[in-house]
Amino acid sequence: MAAEEADTSEGVRSIDADEVDADEILGSAIERREDPALLTGDAEFTDDIQKRNMVHLSFLPSQHGHARIESIDTSEAEAMDGVIDVYTHEEMDVALPCGFQLEGLNDAPFPALASERVRYQGDYIAAVVAEDRYTAGEATDRIDVEYDRLDAVVDPVEAVEGDAPTLHEECPDNVAFEWDIGNEDETKQALEEADEVVEIELENQRLIPNAMESRAAVADYNPSDDELEVHMTSQNPHLHRVLFTLTIGHPEHKTRVVAPDVGGGFGSKIHQYAGEVLTAWTAKRLERPVKWQATRTETYLTDAHGRAHSTTARLAVDEDNSITGLDVETYANMGGYLSTFAPLIPTYLYGPVLSGAYEIPAVCCHVTGAHTNTSPTDAYRGAGRPEALYVVERIVDKAARELGVDPAEFRRENFIPPEKFPYETPVSHPFPYDSGDYEKTLDRALEMVGYEDQKNRQAELREEDRYIGIGVSHYIEACGVAPSQQWSDWGAGVGHWECSVVRFKRTGTVKVHVGTSGHGQGHLTSFAQIAADRLGVPYENIEVVEGDTDEIPEGTGTYGSRSAAVGGSAIAKSCDKVIEKGHELAAHQLEADPEDIEFDDGEFHLAGAPEESVGWADLAAGAYLTGDVPEDMEPGLEATTYFDPDNYTFPFGTHICVVEVDPDTGEIDVERYVAVDDCGPQINPKIVEGQIHGGIAQGLGQALYEGAEYDENGQLLTGSMQDYTVPKAMHVPDIETDSTVTESPHNPLGVKGVGEAGTIAAPQTAVNAVVDALEPFGVEHIDMPLTEERVWRAIHENGGGD
Amino acid sequence: MTDITLTVNGNEHELDVEPRELLIHTLRDEMGYTGPNVGCETSMCGACTVHMDGDPVKACTILSVQADGSEVTTIEGLGEDGKMHPLQKSFQEEHGLQCGYCTPGMVMTGVGFLEDNADPEREEIREALEGNLCRCTGYQNIVNAVETAADKMHGATATDGGVIEEGGD
Repeated sequence: MAAEEADTSEGVRSIDADEVDADEILGSAIERREDPALLTGDAEFTDDIQKRNMVHLSFLPSQHGHARIESIDTSEAEAMDGVIDVYTHEEMDVALPCGFQLEGLNDAPFPALASERVRYQGDYIAAVVAEDRYTAGEATDRIDVEYDRLDAVVDPVEAVEGDAPTLHEECPDNVAFEWDIGNEDETKQALEEADEVVEIELENQRLIPNAMESRAAVADYNPSDDELEVHMTSQNPHLHRVLFTLTIGHPEHKTRVVAPDVGGGFGSKIHQYAGEVLTAWTAKRLERPVKWQATRTETYLTDAHGRAHSTTARLAVDEDNSITGLDVETYANMGGYLSTFAPLIPTYLYGPVLSGAYEIPAVCCHVTGAHTNTSPTDAYRGAGRPEALYVVERIVDKAARELGVDPAEFRRENFIPPEKFPYETPVSHPFPYDSGDYEKTLDRALEMVGYEDQKNRQAELREEDRYIGIGVSHYIEACGVAPSQQWSDWGAGVGHWECSVVRFKRTGTVKVHVGTSGHGQGHLTSFAQIAADRLGVPYENIEVVEGDTDEIPEGTGTYGSRSAAVGGSAIAKSCDKVIEKGHELAAHQLEADPEDIEFDDGEFHLAGAPEESVGWADLAAGAYLTGDVPEDMEPGLEATTYFDPDNYTFPFGTHICVVEVDPDTGEIDVERYVAVDDCGPQINPKIVEGQIHGGIAQGLGQALYEGAEYDENGQLLTGSMQDYTVPKAMHVPDIETDSTVTESPHNPLGVKGVGEAGTIAAPQTAVNAVVDALEPFGVEHIDMPLTEERVWRAIHENGGGD
Repeated sequence: MTDITLTVNGNEHELDVEPRELLIHTLRDEMGYTGPNVGCETSMCGACTVHMDGDPVKACTILSVQADGSEVTTIEGLGEDGKMHPLQKSFQEEHGLQCGYCTPGMVMTGVGFLEDNADPEREEIREALEGNLCRCTGYQNIVNAVETAADKMHGATATDGGVIEEGGD
C-alpha cells in the first residue's frame, strides 16, 4: 500500500498513474482516467444525445401549492405547429410507488400526472410532445388550467395539528407516519434524575440539491424487438429499470437503462420521478425517440428536496459531565407526496446515529412524518445523518457552554473509547459501530487549528470589541448501505448488496463490471486501482464499466457512501475468486499441486521456486484458447460476486472552524476550516480529498447561505438560482484536511466511505463557531442559514450590539 | 428563420436559425458542440461559457442572430495539435473536476482570466470565478488548478524577483 503523506498545507499531491509502481497502486493519489473526456468536451451527458427522428417533451407543473383541478384545456397547445400530442392523466394514469414501506406508513398514491388535485407547486399536470424543445416549451405555456385554489400548509408541525388543510384522505391530519426508536423509559428517567438538563429547539432547513446537471432522459422504443432503452441522469440504473417495469409495465428483461456521464446527483437522481417515467412511456406510445431535459427552475420545483426537520431535543448530564440521556422529537416535512425512499431518511437513517460519538446509556427519538404542500423530500447528501449529527453536536455544544466546560474536552470525556468497539448504542440496534478512535481525530484537529492559541486570540480580540469564534464538532456516521435483510425487514423494496463481475479477456487484460453508478466520484479510476492491486495486473490493463444495465448483470447504485465499501468489496471478492481459480489453472499448467502454488504480484509460482511461474496472460490463454484446464473445471477466467454487507461502516472525524463575526453587520468571515476525517484506508487520497472539500462546501452552504422557502400558499419563493444561494467560489474557504485510518472489519478492503462526511460535519461546525463568537452577546443558538440578518437579529434580540 | 455565419473553433459555418434561438442551443443541438453545457436559465451557473471574439461569454445570454459574424471557441477548440491547454492539464493534475458538468465553462472562464492576469492571488481567482458554479469540488482544487496554470503559462517569480522561464509542463 502506498503511504501518501497528506501535506496539510498544500493538500494531497496527485501523481500520474504511469509513475506509480504496481505494488503501490492502491492508496496512490493518481490522476483520474475520467478527466480527459470531461476536460475536452468529449464526455456525453444525457442532453448531448441526439437520435434520428427524436422529439422533445415538456411538462406543465402546477402553478399552485394546493388546488383542485377544475379543467385542463389543451386545445390551443395541440393546435400549434410542431406539437405532436399533449397528455394528461386521462391518457397516462400511472402512480409512482413508495419504495420504503415503513411499518404503519400511510401510503397515499403519487400520480405521475395529477388528476383532480395538485398538492405541491411542481405537481405535473400535462405533458407536451413537440418536434423541437422550443416549441414544446411554448406549447406548455398555452395549456389552460382552471384551478380551484385550496388553503395550503407548508410547516410540518402545523400540518399535523388537526386544523390544517388535509392533503390525502389516506393520511388523517397529514400524518404519513409516526416512528419511535430507543429506550424511552430509561431516557425519561435519565432526564428526571439528571443534574443538568439542556434543551434545544432547532430547524434543519429545506435544501435543494442543485446538481449542476438538471435531470434529463432520452428514451427510445423499438417495436420490432419490443426493447425499451432509456438514457437518463441516474445514480442507480438497475433500480430505475425495475421501477419502470413497476410503473409503465414494460418487461424488465426488455428494458435497458443507461446512465451516461452524469453531472452530479447528491441523492437527487436516485428516486423515480414523473419526468423520466413519462419520457419512457411517451417513447413507447409514439415509437420515436423522446428527449426531456428539465430546466433548472423545473428541478427546483420537482427534484426531491433535502432535510426540512423541526426538532426539540433534551440532553441529560450528570455533575461529572457525563451525558446520561438524550431525547429527540422531530417533525419531518415529507412534502406533498412520498418520494421513492422518503420514509427511510428521517427514520432508520436518522434515529440510529443519534448517540453520535458518545457513550449515552439512554437515547430515544420520536419522528412524525408530515405531508405539506411543498416538494417531496428524500435523500440529499447525508440523508438523515446530517440531520442527526446536527442535533447531537448542537446540543452537546450547548451543554458544554451551560456547564462551563471546554467544548472539545466535554466531547472527549464522553467519547466511546476505542477498546469498546464494536459498540451498540440504544438506537443503533442491530448495528454496532464497527470501529473508531475518536480522540485521534480530535487531537489532530486541535493541533492543526492551534486551539489554545485561538482561544487566547479570542480573549484578546474581545478586549478590542472583535468577535472570533472557534467551532468544534465531531461526527460519526453510518454508511456503506446496507445489510439487505434488515433493510428489507424495515420496509425497503430492494436489496442493497452490490454486484461485480471481474473478467479476464483472452489476452490477459481485465474488465471489471460493477453495479454502482458514479457521477463524479472517480470510480473508473479507484476501482481499477482495487483490481490492479488485488490481481497484480497493471492498472492500465484494467477497465471498469458501470452504469448500463445491459453491461452489468445487476446492481444497486451509488448513494449512501456505499460504492467503495460495498461495490469495491464486491470487486475485491470477485478478484479473490478469480485468483482461486488461477491457483488451480496454474497448478495444472505447472503440473503441480494447487497447494504448492503461491501468488505474488500477478504471478503464480511454485513455492520455493519463483522462476517456475505463469502469469495471467498464460492462464487466460489456457482458460479460453486452448481449453487447457483441469478436467473438473470449466473454461473461462472470471467471477461474479453479490456482496451483501453485514453491517454499516462508521466513518468519523473532527472538524474545527474559526470565524470572525461583525456584530454591526452580522457578516461572518470563515478564517480557517480544519477537517480531520477517518474513512478507513484510502484507495485514492486525492479523490478522498475532493469528496471532503465538496461535502464541506455543501455543509457550509447549508450553514451560511442556502434554504428553500415557501410562502403560506405553497409558492416556492426561492424559485431559481437568483434566489437560492448555491455557494460560489468566494463563498467557500480554503479547507485544511488530514486523516487518520481506522479499518472497518466488515469488508475486505476495510474502507468506510467518505462521500457524505463533509455535509454531515460542516453545518454544526460553522454554527458552533458563530455561537462561540457571539457568546458575549448571550446568543445561544441561531437557525441556519446564518444570514447577516439572522446573525444581527440574534445579537440585538439579546440586547447586545448597537 | 435568419441566415447567419458563425466561425466555431476555426471552422466557418453558414446556418439558418430562428431569431429566438440561443447560441448555446445552436452550438449544441445544430452544430454538435456539446462541450458547453446548460445548467440554468437565469445566466447564473456559467456552464455554457465559451469565448466569443476572444472574451468569455455565457452562450445562454446570446441569441445566435446576435453572434452572426463572430468567432466562437468552445472547450472542444481549446487544445492545440492534440495537446490540452495548460489549464486543462492543471485541472487534471489538481483534481479540479469531479462530475465534469461545470468544467468546460469553468475552464473557458479560467483561460480568459489567465490571459489578462499573469500572477493572480487566490482571492482574485475566486472572484473571477463568480459566474461559474460548481457543486462537486468546493472550488479549492479549481483555484489550485488556475494558480498552477498561471505559473506554467507566465513563468513563476524567482526569489530574487526575476522570472523563471518554464519549460514544458
